Amino acid sequence: MSGLIGKAGRRGDLVQRALGSTRFTDDLHLPRMLHGKTLRCPHPHARIARVDASKALAMPGVAAVITGKDLPERFGIIPWTPDEHPLALEIARFVGDGVAAVAAADERTAAKACEAIEVVYEVLPSAVELDTAITKPEIGLGAKRQDNVSKAVDLAFGDVDAELAASEVVLEGDFHFEGTAHVPIEPHCAIAQVDAAGLLTVWSTTQVPHYLHRELSRVLRLSPARIRVIQPPLGGAFGGKSEPFGHEFTAAKLAMITGRPVKFLMTREEEFYLHRGRHPMRLSFKVGARADGTLTGIDARTQIDGGAYSSFGLVTTYYSGQLLTLPTTAKSYRFSSTRYFTNKPPCGPKRGHGSVQPRFAFEVMLDRLAERLKLDPIELRRRNAVAADSKTINGMRVTSNGNLECLAKVEAASGWKERRGKLGFGRGLGVASSAYISGTNYPIYPNEMAQSAVQLKVDRSGVVTVFNGASELGQGTDMLLATIVADELGLPLDCVRVVSADTDLCPVDLGAYSSRGTFMNGNACLAAARQVKAKLIAAVAAKLEVPEDAVFVTRGALCVKGREGDAVPVDEAIKLAEARFGALGAVGSYKTPPKLGGEYRGGTIGASPAYSFSAHVAEVQVDVETGVVDVVNVWCAHDCGKALLPTQVIGQLDGSVYMGVAEAIFEEHLISPSGLHRGPNLLDYRIPTSLDVPAIHSMIVESMDPEGPLGAKEAGEGPLHSSIPAVANAIYDAVGIRLSRLPFSPGRVLEALQQRGRG
Amino acid sequence: MLPLPEFTVHTPASVDEAVALLAKLGPGAMLLAGGTDLLPNMKQGLHAPAHVVSLQRLGALRGVRREGDALVIGAMTTLDAVAGSAEAKTHAAALAEAAAVVGGPQHRRMGTLGGNLCLDTRCRYYNQTAFWRGALGYCLKKDGDTCHVVEGGRKCVAAASNDTAAAAIALEATVVLTGPAGIRRLPAADFFVADGARNTARREGELLTALEVPVRAGRVSVYEKLRRRGAIDFPLLSVAVRLDREDGSARALDVVISALAAKPRRLAAAQKLGAADLATLPIDTLADAALRECNPLPNIEGDVVWRKQMVRVLVKRALGRATSLA
Ligand SMILES: Cc1cc2nc3c(=O)[nH]c(=O)nc-3n(C[C@H](O)[C@H](O)[C@H](O)COP(=O)(O)OP(=O)(O)OC[C@H]3O[C@@H](n4cnc5c(N)ncnc54)[C@H](O)[C@@H]3O)c2cc1C
Ligand code: SF4
Repeated sequence: MSGLIGKAGRRGDLVQRALGSTRFTDDLHLPRMLHGKTLRCPHPHARIARVDASKALAMPGVAAVITGKDLPERFGIIPWTPDEHPLALEIARFVGDGVAAVAAADERTAAKACEAIEVVYEVLPSAVELDTAITKPEIGLGAKRQDNVSKAVDLAFGDVDAELAASEVVLEGDFHFEGTAHVPIEPHCAIAQVDAAGLLTVWSTTQVPHYLHRELSRVLRLSPARIRVIQPPLGGAFGGKSEPFGHEFTAAKLAMITGRPVKFLMTREEEFYLHRGRHPMRLSFKVGARADGTLTGIDARTQIDGGAYSSFGLVTTYYSGQLLTLPTTAKSYRFSSTRYFTNKPPCGPKRGHGSVQPRFAFEVMLDRLAERLKLDPIELRRRNAVAADSKTINGMRVTSNGNLECLAKVEAASGWKERRGKLGFGRGLGVASSAYISGTNYPIYPNEMAQSAVQLKVDRSGVVTVFNGASELGQGTDMLLATIVADELGLPLDCVRVVSADTDLCPVDLGAYSSRGTFMNGNACLAAARQVKAKLIAAVAAKLEVPEDAVFVTRGALCVKGREGDAVPVDEAIKLAEARFGALGAVGSYKTPPKLGGEYRGGTIGASPAYSFSAHVAEVQVDVETGVVDVVNVWCAHDCGKALLPTQVIGQLDGSVYMGVAEAIFEEHLISPSGLHRGPNLLDYRIPTSLDVPAIHSMIVESMDPEGPLGAKEAGEGPLHSSIPAVANAIYDAVGIRLSRLPFSPGRVLEALQQRGRG
Repeated sequence: MLPLPEFTVHTPASVDEAVALLAKLGPGAMLLAGGTDLLPNMKQGLHAPAHVVSLQRLGALRGVRREGDALVIGAMTTLDAVAGSAEAKTHAAALAEAAAVVGGPQHRRMGTLGGNLCLDTRCRYYNQTAFWRGALGYCLKKDGDTCHVVEGGRKCVAAASNDTAAAAIALEATVVLTGPAGIRRLPAADFFVADGARNTARREGELLTALEVPVRAGRVSVYEKLRRRGAIDFPLLSVAVRLDREDGSARALDVVISALAAKPRRLAAAQKLGAADLATLPIDTLADAALRECNPLPNIEGDVVWRKQMVRVLVKRALGRATSLA
């Protein structure tokens, strides 16, 4: 340890981004490159009766046109539910589903060629709205065509009915979340090239290069040995790039057909069709408590609107219930969640996958219970907090747990005790708390191999290169790994290079999802760095003829305890070690402990080697004339185990609060009953501008996780969850209205205020 | 990316040259000022001019000048310059305020007053890509024969979405146009026409060269805009108020409400106020009248019921601010 860990600092790659010198996928231009465009279906559900591309093919500049028949293999991120085709094979399932793809000399020609393709559709009955999917099973969007069900999960822990019956208070509530999109500033883009030796290289804006590698091999019926996937730096992903997409396959296929590189760059409109955004959910909650505030039972029923395809839906359905037993728990818990297919852009994982919606519902229920029981909402949460080193009611192993400290921090910083309820009509404070996983112990396809690995190459010049399969998408894993290595070996940060997310160069990491990066990738890297460090120490000890345990690493040199004059510079130590051991390098990997979840079907989904904890207090000002909610302040405390890079942790907390408040106040992913997106652009779909962001007060809590790398856990997704219910509860404190539907738009607020006035 | 269709660019160096070019090129040509509206619209396939006549070289059309008892603002003056002009802030505050809340900083640095006044009307069924409009079915503003906002409607009711229009009308400004037949002056109130498909009285071949705003002693004006975010959004509703005072009491009041349909609406109740009413300025009565007179349509994104309720609130706030300034 040489003092780089835990220090605030600027990230070099962000400076490059700010200066515009980062080269994203679309910045890559290959010689003779063609440009691709996708023709998309204008109907929500249709059989493709005929496709005639002859006019398009006759256009000058058009190199090739493909349809679903050219790529008949199905794919999907979850191995049990592959239900997508790169281009719809027979049936298109939503407005925007790909039907044909063109490669042409330039984008304009490709777009014109798409218009020239003649498609005859036979329009089919559709289920655009969730209710239609529930009430009209005959539409048959499900796997067996008998209903529209994508996945159903029913799990119960303890006797909920008996507990609720014996409760002093039982409250019920219905909630509705219409869903939101990720809106990365960088749209999806893929470039494919086949070289003279027949090697297919795909550069793509993906956060899962390994899964893309596998699926490319399957769909293209090409050996994985003939495929290389490279992920250039990403301009945001938020979960929206965590599975394979049709254009990645069509780019590859068209490159194979034409022998020329092919690029597909999505338009902002297409981003809304690829979607995979947060699922719309309708949730019904029943929560009981005793007079002393002990929570007795939680009964949750959830209907999930999945959109056209499975995506991660199986996991989403589990997560909608499994992740609710921390940090506040009851004596019994039951959830029943059903995901339905609808003829809409497919939903998937967005920051806080599956658990942000139920968290909103549950935390509002807790606020209502606290009021009924005349308890402070923070105190109610304290009384029902899950302890450190325990097991949740659904069998998840809990180790480090900074929940109470998070609550205490936001309580103190917001002036909760002195200010809540005393700010006058129109202004209010609300609290909520949550927990999230640091990766899951289950890889997406069952296997016994490592979930994350890195390889270190040590150079005589004093440069160490980290080859790392993980995906840098703006969250900072590259910097994290560089810091871990530099800190272990006493090197300056700029002597550690990170090469990441290239399937030819880097060992496998499963990808940047489920908040696994710091925990898994960090552990893998630490393991590798420690092996190199041991060799440096051994070499220096031998040279100075001292015992190995007398040698330690400081910044720039290896020193001997008590003999300050005998320091050996790190680059010298590297040479000594290379002379002694031969070429220097190391591999490190991480795999979760085998038993983390419950002993029941699905018990491993949601089981994580460590959980992060968050608490939020929001302060709002409600304009009772316009209904506009101004989120003035948000205090966010987050237990990330140990903040290896505090500046980045704070960045993640700030970003999470930004995104959560956006979902609370502005964003709503709406599809018209006709199946057409309400406005697939950034004027109609409003993300907050810098003027619309509250003052964010982010605070770090460190619980030192026993298994995390140097004590660290996740910080990227957890701190989003409770920001939304904190705003909801603050609105209640401000003006006495309970809003059950997101977002809290001024029209809805005004309507509720008027109802309250009448009532 | 959405590709921009191909076109030929012309860059005349004088107004005369621009007018001559327009005459020569005919209706297939369009004018380009800052391009902040025209170019995105072209990408969406809303316009496909074979020729684009850029006004960027017409330096003579830039700047805010005082000419006698009028403020003359060149059409190519950027919105940023209008918003920052001390003369405009003093004598045409509503216009300066309106210019200051258009889009975001980049739009105001590129976008011009002329482009803003000539802005195409907007509608949630129109300002979309060609694919989207095709999937829905084209409407009568472009390529189709139905309206998606008013069932069975025969006339386009797309919304005037330019912030400066309401202010120009309230300030009794004059729009100056130059065309093949020479210079034409039109009161701003007549420049805007109640037809969403073509909402200005600009004739083929004409170029808007300036806006003349009368300078009057005792005049105050304000602009209020309803939008969800602090920047970027087009108005969901807007109100411009002009209040003329003499010897400490109000002599004339104008309230113009926009982002409703194609033409900004002058509040009739304000025009009808007698001298006695003007003296007391019954803000609540006027706000109630506005609520009765204005009916926002579901032509732009946003909850119509809320927009309707906001008519009252916005008018009240604008009047309140105007009276506090006077
Ligand atoms: C994201 C976004 C947000 C926006 N928000 C707003 C907003 O809040 N409020 C708002 O009012 N606008 C908004 N705009 C639209 C636009 O930026 C402004 O209206 C701007 O003032 C347009 O001016 P321009 O010079 O760029 O016009 P251009 O795009 O160059 O032209 C607009 C139209 O006017 C015509 N035209 C331009 N100059 C003349 C002239 N001298 N004589 C005759 N015709 C002419 C053009 O042919 C074209 O039809 C927004 C645009 C975008 C992309
Ligand atoms: S108001 Fe009607 S006709 Fe006009 S653009 Fe909108 S849908 Fe088209």
